[in-house]
Amino acid sequence: MSEQIKQERGENTDRRTFLKTSALVTGAALAPGVLFYGVAQSRAPEEGASSNVRWGMLIDTTKCGDGCNDCVTACNTENGLSGETGPQDSQWIRKVDIKDLRTGYVQSLPMMCQHCENPPCVDVCPTGASMKRADGIVLVDRHTCIGCRYCMMACPYKARSFVHEPLTDQNPDVPRGKGCVESCTFCVQRVDRGEQPACAEACDAKGHKAILFGDLKDPESELNKALKANSSIEVRADLALNTGVRYQGI
Amino acid sequence: MARLANWLRLAALIGAAALSAVPSIPAVAGVDLPKLEKGKGDKCVEDTQFMRRNHMDLLKHHRDETMRKGIRTTRHSLKKCVECHVSEKTGSVASSKEDFCAACHSYASVKLDCWDCHATKPGKKPLLTMGQGGQAAQASPLMASTQNGGSK
Repeated sequence: MSEQIKQERGENTDRRTFLKTSALVTGAALAPGVLFYGVAQSRAPEEGASSNVRWGMLIDTTKCGDGCNDCVTACNTENGLSGETGPQDSQWIRKVDIKDLRTGYVQSLPMMCQHCENPPCVDVCPTGASMKRADGIVLVDRHTCIGCRYCMMACPYKARSFVHEPLTDQNPDVPRGKGCVESCTFCVQRVDRGEQPACAEACDAKGHKAILFGDLKDPESELNKALKANSSIEVRADLALNTGVRYQGI
Repeated sequence: MARLANWLRLAALIGAAALSAVPSIPAVAGVDLPKLEKGKGDKCVEDTQFMRRNHMDLLKHHRDETMRKGIRTTRHSLKKCVECHVSEKTGSVASSKEDFCAACHSYASVKLDCWDCHATKPGKKPLLTMGQGGQAAQASPLMASTQNGGSK
């Protein structure tokens, strides 16, 4: 028994030294100042989503450009949405303008699925199609979605859409079809490849850098550093949903 | 049980006798077996006979693994099936009755609803990386045809 424990310990030290050296090697390989975002967070395809991670976002509304729609456009392109905004069209992310009626101060911010820790959409789903992945991303499993739309009514953020018409020419990474509810997936196909969601990337590309995506469970992540340094809120914090998306400056 | 087996054997014999007695009628009347286009790779990820019987189980298992757990291995993924089995003529696996999926499924009269949501065509991204990145939508059909021509 004690031998076994020793062996295990020995293995652990080996692993520790291995990790140390590999960390050193990667540290040396990456030039200082280069942020190797994607590679650092990517995982093996057979690994699956881990509960050691919880994906989240901090949206700085003071940086969000008034009239800029790039996050919405990027989302539409990535996920194959039409971009129409009628009552029967899918919108996974929308730009919302809010105005303080007393002062007239106007702010613009993107609003999408908030990827709650306790999602009401998952609570009400009668088939288990509405689900939260181990890494906190809230998704709809279209294979079991019956299109009842309870989740759409339960969501306080109006984040979900229903597909009313048959679709063709979907993006192979983003299957979508008539009769199912859908919403922002944090671009799960990109996140699984170690990239950030399309909206965040587009916002960075535009130079606004209003959307910061990262791991809420990693104390060293850029996201957590920003959350620690700035005052941020959940929208409808009174519902105690512990949203994965937080806003700064509203 | 033995009795039932005997009955079955007898029924099979009668059936066989009936078939051989009327040689003018072909065994499968009217409908030809589906002719499938050959896939792009050397061989399928599993044995062909195994795939004929079990592809739906593999796909269903894989869909749950990917959708629910985020496991994105490619061996049994529908996306990879499409990439190999896409038709050279239509660029799709299910847009005409000769296409790979549609050929068997229309023969067997089994409706499949995969394509209500999933793309029947491979993505444009791998084609894009081959060059001429600027004209994604226009370039892809052309690129697809040259690619297929080259592989012959």
